[in-house]
Amino acid sequence: MTDPIIQVQGLHKWYSGVHALNGVSLDIQPNQAVGLVGDNGAGKSTLINILSGMQIADEGEIRFEGRPVQFRTPRDAMDAGIETIYQYNSMVPTMSIARNMFIGREPLRASVGGVGILDRKAMREASIAALRDVDLHLRSPDALVGELSGGQRQGVAIARAMHFKSKVMILDEPTNHLAVKETQKVLGFIQSLSELGITAIFISHNIHHVFECCDRIVAMARGEIVLDRPTSETSMDELHEVL
Amino acid sequence: MKRLLKIYLDKPEMTGIVFLILLTAVFEIRSDGVFLNAFNLQGMLGLLPETALVAIGVTLLMICGEFDLSVGSVFALMPMTMGVMLADGWPFVLAYPAGMTVALLVGLVNGIITVRFAIPSFITTLGMLFVARSATIVISGGFPPVIPPDAMPKALFTAFVGPGDMFRMSFLWFLAVALLVSLMLSRTNFGNWIRATGGFLPAAQAMGIPTARVKIACFMLCSLLAGFAGSIQVMRLGAPLPSIGEGLELQAVAAAVIGGTALTGGIGTILGGIIGATLIRVIDNGLVLSRVDANWFKMALGTLTVGAVILNAWLRQKSRAIRVETER
Repeated sequence: MTDPIIQVQGLHKWYSGVHALNGVSLDIQPNQAVGLVGDNGAGKSTLINILSGMQIADEGEIRFEGRPVQFRTPRDAMDAGIETIYQYNSMVPTMSIARNMFIGREPLRASVGGVGILDRKAMREASIAALRDVDLHLRSPDALVGELSGGQRQGVAIARAMHFKSKVMILDEPTNHLAVKETQKVLGFIQSLSELGITAIFISHNIHHVFECCDRIVAMARGEIVLDRPTSETSMDELHEVL
Repeated sequence: MKRLLKIYLDKPEMTGIVFLILLTAVFEIRSDGVFLNAFNLQGMLGLLPETALVAIGVTLLMICGEFDLSVGSVFALMPMTMGVMLADGWPFVLAYPAGMTVALLVGLVNGIITVRFAIPSFITTLGMLFVARSATIVISGGFPPVIPPDAMPKALFTAFVGPGDMFRMSFLWFLAVALLVSLMLSRTNFGNWIRATGGFLPAAQAMGIPTARVKIACFMLCSLLAGFAGSIQVMRLGAPLPSIGEGLELQAVAAAVIGGTALTGGIGTILGGIIGATLIRVIDNGLVLSRVDANWFKMALGTLTVGAVILNAWLRQKSRAIRVETER
């Protein structure tokens, strides 16, 4: 077995007296699609918030590609190669696809102290290429994200993560509020990630979706991991049992 | 063709442009051709920069998702700071930057309080409206300071220039500022961050944009422009009155809204804010020339503001109905 890409050791997090994470340890292999399931308040959001730099753990260690890391901001995690796609979308609906692709990471033609002139041509061209790579056929990168369907938006978010060569993609309830056909499309994206050499962590409370596209299932309850098996060695009944 | 129509419908400043053309035509006819004659245009263009500069700052801040009610007070506080120092014998090169620094500080305080304590900027800046106005009156002692003649390089801001002396210098300053801020918003990564911060804050934060700093920077820029506009008015009038700029904050918001800026942030253009400010000047001037009782001004302004927002919402709906950009 290869070395894990993410190693989590003894992670703790308290929210004013509530023990949200109680010593969670988890190794994730490269190219794996891990399904993270659990009820509301089970600690799965806290875990991925820590992995994506939105929150800082109170205790415990995270290693990324073997090196200990401490993500203080979402940007730290993004720079390391962990991209998160959130439930309510990491897109600004009032902005174009091309602008959304590069929020916070805009290509610049000239800059002083981090602020500079956008390379809009590069943004458009890279957006068109990135959308084509995820098999998403949109007519123009200038269309507003607000005019896209929910599934198309998740597609753009995934295209963005791939454009920035993310090694790990965390998908936080990406299928919520999506129509059946759109959901299938997003699940298809997730399945294709391992072929592209991307590790996926897929958070969902829909067990069917997780079984459909993940190699491994991790279940959480009350801030602890209560089940961790390859998908082939567990069943929905067993999962229901532990949750 | 459909696509072209959609592009125009999608422009948030479209409503403002339509109203501007309509009202200009109406006033031109009603005033028997006086409205667009050179003399009247000269007068209007001389006053426009003062409102428009404030509107630019307010529009930018609203696109960023925040609000500033203190601009009218800063409009008075900046030149008063400068005026008091000039009356005290300080040179302009020190007094002017000092005034601008005060304006920047007001913006900084507005921004930090709003961001740090997560207070709606409506409240923060409402407080600042009173604080800054009071400070203006306190430092002046209630009377305009007597500024020595030639203490201010008035010509730099108020001299008439251009063909037939059509413009004041202030108009050129305004054009330069408008161009710079527009380009900043549309062509730089910082502009992208402003729109993202106002458009959908959680996404902007998740993408690693320093949203707090972006907001504070916009507050400061808004205050700075209000102070700059105030200084131009004082150079035109010759003395800083403690009461200038009263009610200007709401006119600036009206200008931004008429120009298509959304109160919720993320939508709007600098050009829209300028068109809104121009419309306000046009109504103000046009009503007088049409021999309408001046007391109708606020009635017209209010009707226009609400009307523009309704028309804007309707246009946006129409535009959304034209689906040309989605999946092939």
